[in-house]
Amino acid sequence: MYIQMIDWHPILLSLRVAVIATIIVTCLGVPLTRLLARTEFYGKDFLEAAITLPLVLPPSVVGYGLLVLIGKNGLFGKALADMGVTLVFTWWAAVLASTVVAFPLMYQSAKAAFKSVDVNFEKAARTLGASEVRIFFTVTLPLAWPGILAGLVLTFARALGEFGATLMVAGNIPGQTQTIPTAIYFAVESGDNVKARTLVAIITVFSFFVIFWVNRWAKKQHN
Amino acid sequence: MLEASLTKKLWHFTLDVQLKADNQILILLGPSGSGKTTILHLMAGLFKPDEGFIKINDRILYSSGEKINHPPQSRNVGYLFQNYALFPHMTVRQNVFYGLKSKGCRQDGSALDPLELLDSFGVGHLIDRYPSQLSGGEKQRVALARALVVQPNLLLLDEPFSALDRNTRISLRQELKKLHQQWQIPFVLVSHDEEDAKFLGDVIVTLESGQARENSLKVVSV
Repeated sequence: MYIQMIDWHPILLSLRVAVIATIIVTCLGVPLTRLLARTEFYGKDFLEAAITLPLVLPPSVVGYGLLVLIGKNGLFGKALADMGVTLVFTWWAAVLASTVVAFPLMYQSAKAAFKSVDVNFEKAARTLGASEVRIFFTVTLPLAWPGILAGLVLTFARALGEFGATLMVAGNIPGQTQTIPTAIYFAVESGDNVKARTLVAIITVFSFFVIFWVNRWAKKQHN
Repeated sequence: MLEASLTKKLWHFTLDVQLKADNQILILLGPSGSGKTTILHLMAGLFKPDEGFIKINDRILYSSGEKINHPPQSRNVGYLFQNYALFPHMTVRQNVFYGLKSKGCRQDGSALDPLELLDSFGVGHLIDRYPSQLSGGEKQRVALARALVVQPNLLLLDEPFSALDRNTRISLRQELKKLHQQWQIPFVLVSHDEEDAKFLGDVIVTLESGQARENSLKVVSV
């Protein structure tokens, strides 16, 4: 059976990495975006530029930067090693790479989403006695939700397709750190065209249906 | 009884107004850009004045001298926004109940039945609709119910008729006057329309680039 010949390891790992990275990016990104939109401080432009940088840098540069930070002799790598934690060449490094690379997408989407919410709704809620936390969860977040969802999908897609930075910090260890994109690259390299085609077909169909479903859902919400 | 003296430096002029009203309708009359909405924001606690005080029935909401500044949540001031600011993702019912679920608004136990209030405004049959499914006049009635259901001590109204056609405008003007007689709290209403001002105003304050001039135009009620 053809389906039994498929190596499921890279597929499952890619999904796991993308899901965890999306959760981290969402949990950190949405509150951070909100906070930055609300406050003005010296160096904010600098911070915003730094957050967006991985979007425009070649992934290999991001990967190199991460190696400098978490490598065996890296800035944080040493401290982590002292605690008995090694990140490089584990699948957690792939999660880290995907998180850093996809973060700007969530930041930009959430920023635009929050900006689109009319401040008068929040003001009205305030005059009705609602606390700031309640306003965030009952007014701001529901109204910004379509934009945040778009950010979520972009984040997931970017994390699923992450190649350059992942290869540099997580490597290509079959069964351990090999994701779909790295598996495709090395399958082509070694002339295993069946494996490459299978993975290409799977990731293309899967990504297509995720986007298709989300668009449909967003349309329904809009109506 | 409302008493306020407010100073706030804006980018192109300095706002400096004194307002005083018993349980009357006070009209802030002036062209756009004269700081009318800013005054309402200052009274609701959405902006902070540079100096001055706001007092309602001997309760100090803001005083620069005594360093008192209650947040909007605890001022118990109703605010009807210019475009009503009804939460678009909530039904009429959810909009009107929103303020009741917040703590700290109530001063006594006497609760007002929101559904009865909506009925009295003639919009009781619309409770399951969303704001986008309402006409301008219906939106205004729902927004009024939402602002009044928490039983505020002061009601602020920002250009309440600007989004309405002439007929709706005239009938709502009369309803508002009746409503004021029932509620017996000060209303502060922002308008650029002299006709509205003459019809509704007990006290009319004209604003010109932030300076207030009080015309004691007493209006005979209908």
